[in-house]
Amino acid sequence: MTARTASLWQIRQPSVIPGFGLALGVTLSWLTLIILIPLSGLVWRSSALGWTTFWELATDQRTVNALRISFGTAFLAALINVVFGVILAWVLVRYRFPGKRVIDAMVDLPFALPTAVAGIALTTLYAPNGWIGSLLTPLGIKVAFTPLGIVFALVFVGLPFVVRTVQPIMEEIDKEVEEAAATLGANRLQTIRRVLLPGLSPAVLTGFALAFARGVGEYGSVIFIAGNLPYVSEIAPLLIVIRLEEFNYPAATAIAAVMLVISFAMLLIINMIQAWSRRRYGYGA
Amino acid sequence: MEVRVQNIRKEFGRFPALNDVSLDIRSGELIALLGPSGSGKTTLLRLIAGLESPTEGTVYFGNEDASRKTVQERNIGFVFQHYALFRHMTVLDNVSFGLTIRPAGRRPPKADIRKRALELLDLVQLSGLEKRYPAQLSGGQRQRVALARAMAVEPNVLLLDEPFGALDAQVRKELRRWLREIHDRTGHTTVFVTHDQDEALELADRVVVMSKGQIEQIGTPDEIYDTPNSPFVFGFIGQSNILPVRVENGQLWLEDRSIGVSAPGEADGPAQLYFRPHDIELLDGGGCIAGIVVQTRRVAGTRHVELDIGTANTKVEIELPPEKATSDRSRLAFRPTRWKLFRD
Repeated sequence: MTARTASLWQIRQPSVIPGFGLALGVTLSWLTLIILIPLSGLVWRSSALGWTTFWELATDQRTVNALRISFGTAFLAALINVVFGVILAWVLVRYRFPGKRVIDAMVDLPFALPTAVAGIALTTLYAPNGWIGSLLTPLGIKVAFTPLGIVFALVFVGLPFVVRTVQPIMEEIDKEVEEAAATLGANRLQTIRRVLLPGLSPAVLTGFALAFARGVGEYGSVIFIAGNLPYVSEIAPLLIVIRLEEFNYPAATAIAAVMLVISFAMLLIINMIQAWSRRRYGYGA
Repeated sequence: MEVRVQNIRKEFGRFPALNDVSLDIRSGELIALLGPSGSGKTTLLRLIAGLESPTEGTVYFGNEDASRKTVQERNIGFVFQHYALFRHMTVLDNVSFGLTIRPAGRRPPKADIRKRALELLDLVQLSGLEKRYPAQLSGGQRQRVALARAMAVEPNVLLLDEPFGALDAQVRKELRRWLREIHDRTGHTTVFVTHDQDEALELADRVVVMSKGQIEQIGTPDEIYDTPNSPFVFGFIGQSNILPVRVENGQLWLEDRSIGVSAPGEADGPAQLYFRPHDIELLDGGGCIAGIVVQTRRVAGTRHVELDIGTANTKVEIELPPEKATSDRSRLAFRPTRWKLFRD
C-alpha cells in the first residue's frame, strides 16, 4: 500500500525511465475499454431492472441452483487441483526422470486445447458406455451428465493454473531450509507440513483463485459432459445463454450481475489474504 | 562433546572431495576449518552434521559411532551461510522449532519452550524482537536468530558454515567477537568453516587448514602463522615472499650472491625460500638481498615496499615502519630474519 502511494506522489518527479505518462495513459485507456466499460454496462443494465425485479430474477430457483452448481463445482475442482497440482509441481521441480520435459509440456495442454475438444473427449471417456464410464457404472458411479462430470471437466481445465503458479515458487525454495529443519530434528513429514507448505501457501492460494475463477467461467468443456439438466447439472453461464436465446435479457443480466458480485467478492478476499501474508512475511505471490 | 573424524573419504561421483581426513575435536573447543573454495571444508562440516554420508571412514560423537545415524538423530546445531530461517514463522517460533517438533515424550511443556527460547534470544541480544518475522530483520540479526535456533536443541556440537560470509565487513567483525563471547559462556563444542584467515586466526582455539580435500596443518593460530609446515599454508596464511635459492655448505645463495643467511644442516641443492614481508632487517651491505624500489604503499601502520631484485626476475615485498621514507628507484638491502625452506 505504502509503496503504491509513494509512487503516486512521484508522478511529477523527473525519472531516468521515461514514458511514464504515455505508458500509464495507454494502460488506463486499454483497461477502461476492455474491462471497465463492459462491466459497468452490465451493472447499468441490471440496475435498470429495479431492485424487486432483480431480486425476483436472482432468487429464481433455477438460477440459484445454477449458481450453486457453478460455484460449488468450481470450488471443489479447485480444491482437488490444489492437492494434485502441488504434488505434480513438486515432482516436476524436485526429481529428474526420463520424460520429465514431456510431462512438463503436457501440463499446458488444457491451456492450449479448445475446451470443447476437451469436453467431447471427457464425455466420450466417462459416458456410461465409454472406456472409463463402463468400468464405473457397475460400481454405481455416474460421472457424465451429473455434477460430478462438471467437477471432472473443471479439474481438467484448472490444473495448469495451480501447477504453473506453484512451480516457480517451489523452485525458489532453498534446500538449506529443509536441511535446517532436519538438523533441528524434524522428520520428513514435519518438514513438509510445518516448513515447506506454509511457505508455499501464498502461491497455492493464487493457484486456487485462478483455477476457481477459471472454473466458474468455464463453458465449453462443461456443457458436453454436464448433461445440462435444469436444477441438477445446469451451470450458470449456460443458463445465461439459454436466457439470451429466449430473448429474456433481464434474467440473463441478473444472473450475470450475481456472478460478477460473487466472483469479485471472492477475488477480493483472496487478495486480502495475500496482502496480509505479504505484509507479514515480506513475500508472497 | 568430543567429535572424532577417522579416515574419512568422500567422493561426489568420481570426484574425491575429501581424501583420508582425520581430525580430533576436543570437547568445548572452538575450531575453524580454513581453506580456499573447493578444499573440502564445507563437505567435512556437512559430514560431521550428517547432511552428507562418507564414502569411507567413521565419525564418532564421544565414543559412539555416529556415521550410521541420520541428521535428526545426531542432535547437532547447524548454522547456514544464508541463515535458512523459516520465513513464515516469527523469531520466537523459529527458535522454538527444534523443541516443539520433538515427540510428545521428549517435548518440554509449552511454557518451558517459550522460556528457553526467550532466554536464548536474550543471549543473542535480540530481546524484544521475538514477534518479528525474518524479513523484518537485518542480516546480522537473522544470523543471530539462526544461532539461537541451533542452540535451542542443546546440540552435541555446533556447526557453522561460513556464518558471517553474507554480512558486510563491519557487522562481520562485531559478530566475530560476539560469537567468541557466546562460545566462552555456553561452552558448546563448535566447528566453523571460513575462507577468511583473519576470522579463523582471530576466533578459533585451533585452526585446521585444508587444501584439495586434505588437511594441511592443524594448530593454534600462533602455530599456523609462525610455523607453517607446508608451502601451501605459508602462502595461504598471511603475506609471503618466495625466492628460488640454492643451499651450499649451509649457506643460502640467490643465483651468484650469498644472501647472508645460514641454514646449518640443510643438504645442498635448490630450494624455495619463504619469508614474511615483516620478518626482515634492513642492512647497509654485506650478505643481503638487494633491490630497487618499484613501488611503495602506505597501509595503515606500515609502509609496503615492493622491490625489484633484478637477477631472479622476481618482485619481493617488504614492510617497513612508515617513517622510513623511500623514494622510487632507490636501492634497499635487507635480510630475512625468519624464514623457511621448502624443497620440491
